[in-house]
Amino acid sequence: MAAISREEVAHLARLSRLAVTEEELDRFAGQLDVILQSVARVGEVAADNIPPTSHSVPLTNVYRDDVPVPCLTQDEALSGAPDAFEGRFRVPRILEEEA
Amino acid sequence: MTTTALPAYDDAVARYEPVIGLETHVELGTATKMFCGCRTEFGAEPNTQVCPVCLGLPGALPVANRAAIEATIRIGLALNCDIASWCRMARKNYFYPDMPKNFQTSQYDEPLCVEGYVDVEVDGKEYRIGIERVHLEEDTGKSLHVGGATGRIHGATESLVDYNRAGIPLVEIVTKPVPGIGALAPEVAKAYVAELRDIIRSLGVSDVRMEQGSLRCDVNTSLNKPGEEWGTRTETKNVNSLRSVERAVRSEIIRQSGLLDDGVRIFQETRHFQETTGDTRPGRSKETATDYRYFPEPDLVPIAPDAAWVAELKAALPERPSVKRARLAEQWGISATDMQSVANAGAVELIEETIAAGASPAGARKWWMGELARRANETGVELSAVGATPAQVAALQKLVDEGKLNDKLARQVLEGVVAGEGDPAAVMSARGLGVVSDTGALTAAVDEAIAANPDIAAKVRDGKVAAAGALVGAVMKTTRGQADAKTVRELILERLGAA
Repeated sequence: MAAISREEVAHLARLSRLAVTEEELDRFAGQLDVILQSVARVGEVAADNIPPTSHSVPLTNVYRDDVPVPCLTQDEALSGAPDAFEGRFRVPRILEEEA
Repeated sequence: MTTTALPAYDDAVARYEPVIGLETHVELGTATKMFCGCRTEFGAEPNTQVCPVCLGLPGALPVANRAAIEATIRIGLALNCDIASWCRMARKNYFYPDMPKNFQTSQYDEPLCVEGYVDVEVDGKEYRIGIERVHLEEDTGKSLHVGGATGRIHGATESLVDYNRAGIPLVEIVTKPVPGIGALAPEVAKAYVAELRDIIRSLGVSDVRMEQGSLRCDVNTSLNKPGEEWGTRTETKNVNSLRSVERAVRSEIIRQSGLLDDGVRIFQETRHFQETTGDTRPGRSKETATDYRYFPEPDLVPIAPDAAWVAELKAALPERPSVKRARLAEQWGISATDMQSVANAGAVELIEETIAAGASPAGARKWWMGELARRANETGVELSAVGATPAQVAALQKLVDEGKLNDKLARQVLEGVVAGEGDPAAVMSARGLGVVSDTGALTAAVDEAIAANPDIAAKVRDGKVAAAGALVGAVMKTTRGQADAKTVRELILERLGAA
């Protein structure tokens, strides 16, 4: 059985706001399935006494002090933006949610 | 639209039991953001407090702010929570331009603090509000929706985004559901937020100003018939004052009971509180179930607070505000209600320090709760930022107690102090506002008043001592309020042979 369905891929594409064609859905579902099955195989090896790994280095408590450092200028901040207006990033309207 | 009229609140709570829950966001007052060293000052030019980390630029790596972790642990401890010995940050993925990374760094199933409580008092009775969790996350950017007629998002053609706020540490405090409070639900909700605000303020980790958004509240409300299971809850956002917390719960109880009476099912939704009308309106649609795809943040290492450090923070917690209020009310000889007004005005510490600087409790309270509170209200600033310090208020009261200033003159001196003209003594001499009690200087003014009011003077001479008040008034007028009224009165009676 496939680890991920075509519908799930379509759902993820929608959440990511990616326009995916019907053909691409078929192709990506197949590719993602291979990846997920490979991960599942690793899961089979993991015994109960092995906790899931979220971080590859065994570090905790890495902090910085609450001391300000220089920020970007407004021009620098907006320099990579496709569109800006009066110092703000300009983006297309957002329909689904109330801010 | 329901066809029947909405039942009154009393009817609603007679037939249904409300269950409430509150989610509160507190913006921490750290100097820098949660994961980068950008400043957090309010009101800066748009996109001038941003860097590659909080703009989500490729390759930027976050590092957690120690002060924010400490502040969150202290909040947790003050709310009687257990502090996790190990927990992780998580990515909350969503597509919305208020977070340029396309995710918010938050906490999911491993909050920093869990299982606490807050005791609040309503009508002399204590209620324990359970705290489910306290977790740390980052604030989002601010969007301005333009192009539409209303300025609201519906109808807007585009959004303009400022990321200065994106990444400021935000603490989310979630209560357990609170059942069994019946008709008092709105007051209990309000009392909880007020107590939470006071506790956090006492910790000094946030300025907790609802009107500026550094304390924001979402209120969940559901209704059920007595003995039945809890109903479906709605979540009300946009609740920006203590009074609104109370009104939001009340209006949601009335609205839901109207629907339930009509046999309409309540569905889980986000609603928005309307400040002008006091009711709630539907907000974002939940037609597509939210799918945040949380996963542990790989760029931030786990947080594992050292037990000794936590114990140290716990030992150093300040006195709980409710305990402190009760203690001070007794010391100052005022009622619990008066003390509550003092607390609501943010004047507890200011009055305390003014007393420590030598003023009497009554004198200290009079200035902070009177003249200065009025001025803070008018100019829309916090009392602590009104422009007078406790030491200056104490000095002012001392001048009054010594008879060097009367009330009217003291108010003028205070005006000068607030305007930045210096300490009370300096303002007094610079403005020439001292009380004149030197008899030599006053005699001329007294004689003038007597000459100008022969009828009144005659009455006083005839023994109608009460009539002297009018002459005192005349002298006060010619001396622009600077005469010492008691001395003037004595002088008048002496000159008219009525002493």
